[in-house]
Amino acid sequence: MSLRKPSKEQPESFKFNSSSLEAAKTIVAKYPKDKQQSAVMALLYIVQKQNNNWIPLAAMKYIGKFLDMPYIKVYEVATFYTMYNLAPVGKHFIQICTTTPCMIRGAYKLVEACKEKISDNENELSKDKNCSWTEVECLGACVNAPMMQINDEYYEDLDKEKTIKILNTILNGKTPKPGSYRGRTNNEPENNRKTLMDLKNA
Amino acid sequence: MLKDEDRIFQNLYNDRGSDVDSSKKRGDWTNTKDLIEKGRDWIINEVKESELRGRGGAGFPTGLKWSFAPKEVGSRPHYLVINADESEPGTCKDRDILRFEPHKLIEGCLIASYAVQAHICYIYIRGEYFIDGEKLQAAIDEAYEKKLIGKNAASTGWNLDIYIHYGAGAYICGEETALLESIEGKKGQPRLKPPFPALIGLYGCPTIINNVETIAVIPTILRRGGKWFASLGREKNTGTKIFCISGNVNNPCNVEEEMNISLKELIEVHAGGVIGGWENLQAVIPGGSSMPLIPKEKCETLTMDFDSLMAEKSGLGTAGIVVINKDQDIIKCMARIARFYKHESCGQCTPCREGSGWMWRMLERMAKGEASRDEINMLGDVTNQIAGHTICAFGEGSSWPVQGLLRHFKKEIEKRNNLNPIFDKDKNIPYLVDQHLLDKKDA
Repeated sequence: MSLRKPSKEQPESFKFNSSSLEAAKTIVAKYPKDKQQSAVMALLYIVQKQNNNWIPLAAMKYIGKFLDMPYIKVYEVATFYTMYNLAPVGKHFIQICTTTPCMIRGAYKLVEACKEKISDNENELSKDKNCSWTEVECLGACVNAPMMQINDEYYEDLDKEKTIKILNTILNGKTPKPGSYRGRTNNEPENNRKTLMDLKNA
Repeated sequence: MLKDEDRIFQNLYNDRGSDVDSSKKRGDWTNTKDLIEKGRDWIINEVKESELRGRGGAGFPTGLKWSFAPKEVGSRPHYLVINADESEPGTCKDRDILRFEPHKLIEGCLIASYAVQAHICYIYIRGEYFIDGEKLQAAIDEAYEKKLIGKNAASTGWNLDIYIHYGAGAYICGEETALLESIEGKKGQPRLKPPFPALIGLYGCPTIINNVETIAVIPTILRRGGKWFASLGREKNTGTKIFCISGNVNNPCNVEEEMNISLKELIEVHAGGVIGGWENLQAVIPGGSSMPLIPKEKCETLTMDFDSLMAEKSGLGTAGIVVINKDQDIIKCMARIARFYKHESCGQCTPCREGSGWMWRMLERMAKGEASRDEINMLGDVTNQIAGHTICAFGEGSSWPVQGLLRHFKKEIEKRNNLNPIFDKDKNIPYLVDQHLLDKKDA
């Protein structure tokens, strides 16, 4: 079980802006009447999106009121799930999968690259305060190992040099192209495809 | 090798695009109305005849599961929930279905909803797959627009709404009752069973929960007949399956193959062989990280299906094959898996919450050669104390890989760890220290 602590510096208050409010209302409508508590996970994502990629305690209280549920229940959810950041992270949040299938293909080389380029420690902002990185558990792209996720996008089939290239692009303020960095099509066996050939060649 | 026309997921590598028109060319949505008009009993019987077993890991017969749903809808509505919380290390098949074959899934949802009399279907996607979820959402929107779902879906007279619910990085939410808790907006901690979700599930209503791959193969099974599906593979282990081959192979890939295919064929033919040659193979995890590993000697003749892997004291699980060659330290690999389970334990049951950390710390020390001899037996003891003593199957899932390591690589551990604490007093054995103090960095 992972231990996660809210940031010591917290803003005084939080409120949805108009676009967040609209998104929140459509999400609540997905669930049956009186079951609006179900929307809490999606609403926490909306907070995270609005508030520079992290969730302050004030926002949890706000959601509690919004969904008519106790604050502690929101707090429970926000601290249980690891994708909710309870303290500020970089605008470019880099997550490197280091679980066994990635590890045996060299995921720790990617960690080294992040240490060189971004910061010495996990969850520490880079010099320009724009990036941070963390090790995470399996991201579910095992046949594309080693891989990392930057915000929502997956970067696959990496090695140390390619990672450094991607990180440089980000540090220069540009968004690198997501997907495989060995140029293969999705999850097909690279240069060794033996199935569905008619479709490929058609 | 399976013939191409028998492959269900024709667009597994996205050669043709995933929109509704190209899906129709592959046969999706062609006669959904006729299939549904044949009636509920026909659908369930056909699925039973196909002997389809759930593709999410446990391998429970799907037709049987559907028949558990109450025959009459009472005061409580029925729900269909699709489990797309694919987080098992080594597995990445559902992601390809979500992004490249979404219409197979949506059509499957319609048929399954009709069979279990549900009007609302929730698809629970892990939060990390946000981009793939967006692609599925686009396909759902397209289906609404073409009136394939919604009111009078595909002119079948059945109403169906499909909603996506994103998870947020909790592996345990792949357990069906934890998933329901999560949709209800709570911590993902599994419920005690019984009552089973088929009677008391989401919001206390009858709920059928199926894996993405299970639902996505249903339309093809009904179109081509349960007998066709049952003719592939072998008895009780029928049909096709997407295998994910990752780790130390030359061409890691996803491939759809017949059940009961030999492991060697999968690795040598589809994945381009083990890095360093077959002789360099050390062990294989056959079904995602929670299944015990299998050493090289047995890999020669192993066939991949539920029952033959069970006979080897392992399991097919999600069919995520992780190949580990001799360049890797097998104890370190398993220690990393133990760390995964320590991180993902939901904390509800004591044996699992505490034991998963114990296993990780012991294995880390064993990898470094800092453990004492008797700790090897103690580790086995800890795994036995966890497995079977927890609410959900996470206890088994976390202790089986360690048991597999002890079963097949005990000699390796013993070779590295022959410390005798009575004589080597200067070595600090920390297992009696307050565990939380050891853990500061990665608690």
